[in-house]
Amino acid sequence: MFDWLYQPWPWYVAGPLIGLFVPLLFIFGNKQFGISSSLRHVCAACAPSSISYFNYDWKKEGMWHLLFAGGVVLGGFLGGWVFANPEPIAISGSTISDLTALGVQDFDGFLPDDLFNWDNLLTWQGLLIMLGGGFMVGFGARYGGGCTSGHAISGLSDLQLGSLIAVIGFFAGGLIVTHLIYPFLI
Amino acid sequence: MAYLKYLVFGVLFGFVLTKAEVISWFRIQEMFRFQSFHMYGVIGAAILVGMISVQIIKRFNVKDIHGDPISIPPKDSTQVYRYAIGGTIFGLGWALTGACPGPLFALLGSGLGIIIVPLVGALIGTFVYGALKDALPH
Repeated sequence: MFDWLYQPWPWYVAGPLIGLFVPLLFIFGNKQFGISSSLRHVCAACAPSSISYFNYDWKKEGMWHLLFAGGVVLGGFLGGWVFANPEPIAISGSTISDLTALGVQDFDGFLPDDLFNWDNLLTWQGLLIMLGGGFMVGFGARYGGGCTSGHAISGLSDLQLGSLIAVIGFFAGGLIVTHLIYPFLI
Repeated sequence: MAYLKYLVFGVLFGFVLTKAEVISWFRIQEMFRFQSFHMYGVIGAAILVGMISVQIIKRFNVKDIHGDPISIPPKDSTQVYRYAIGGTIFGLGWALTGACPGPLFALLGSGLGIIIVPLVGALIGTFVYGALKDALPH
């Protein structure tokens, strides 16, 4: 009866549920759905400085973002630990063979352990994937004015041209890394 | 206490992200290799539901639970450089780490301590943007 808590959800269940966070946050909080602003509030809270971009009342503007992000950590704990799916993720056979050809060996869990581990952080490839990738996510999200939630979901939901340009950029960057850069990193 | 609801919404969102498997590095690879419909289905269905919701809110002037008009701030579409360049940099990072910000938080919660590294990277990136903002084309 509670199998659905453990099993992965198909796109036609999970996708609409994700979309419902747009009206949920508008109606219950008059807030626009988005995640990456929470990173700016952490910077504003932890690194007070003369930089005007971080000089604002982060508690007033950002507390909801920070609590939402904290909730996502807890949700990941429930979904990925307490009610973890015991089976490996059913990814496409062609992706498995492409990645195997690149040298990926671990297909369990959410990440390939052969790339995402502390020892690999001491190689330039691992440093670029983990720290460099994270840097570009944070830098790009603020420069671009939003991430997948703020632009792809909130922005496209409101038919915003700027968000469409950003989402095309997301895909351009992703395709460049996947097809041109990752072959040199694994 | 008024903020507690956001924690609850966040928990629900993190749970859905995890069950949708969109927090998986492998799913992101599948998407950028065009080898599965899964991610496109999730994102596409989410946009469709969001779009219908926003249109209903606008057409019928739906109010929030306090009776106030809902404000939907438009993006400044004249800032083409920031969306194109910032978006592309974000995409490079998305494929490298296999995760965007929401999934990074959820992956950390699922017990993957190594995700601290991309999260710290994302904070440094956010900070560096704040420091360089006025020198960048927007």
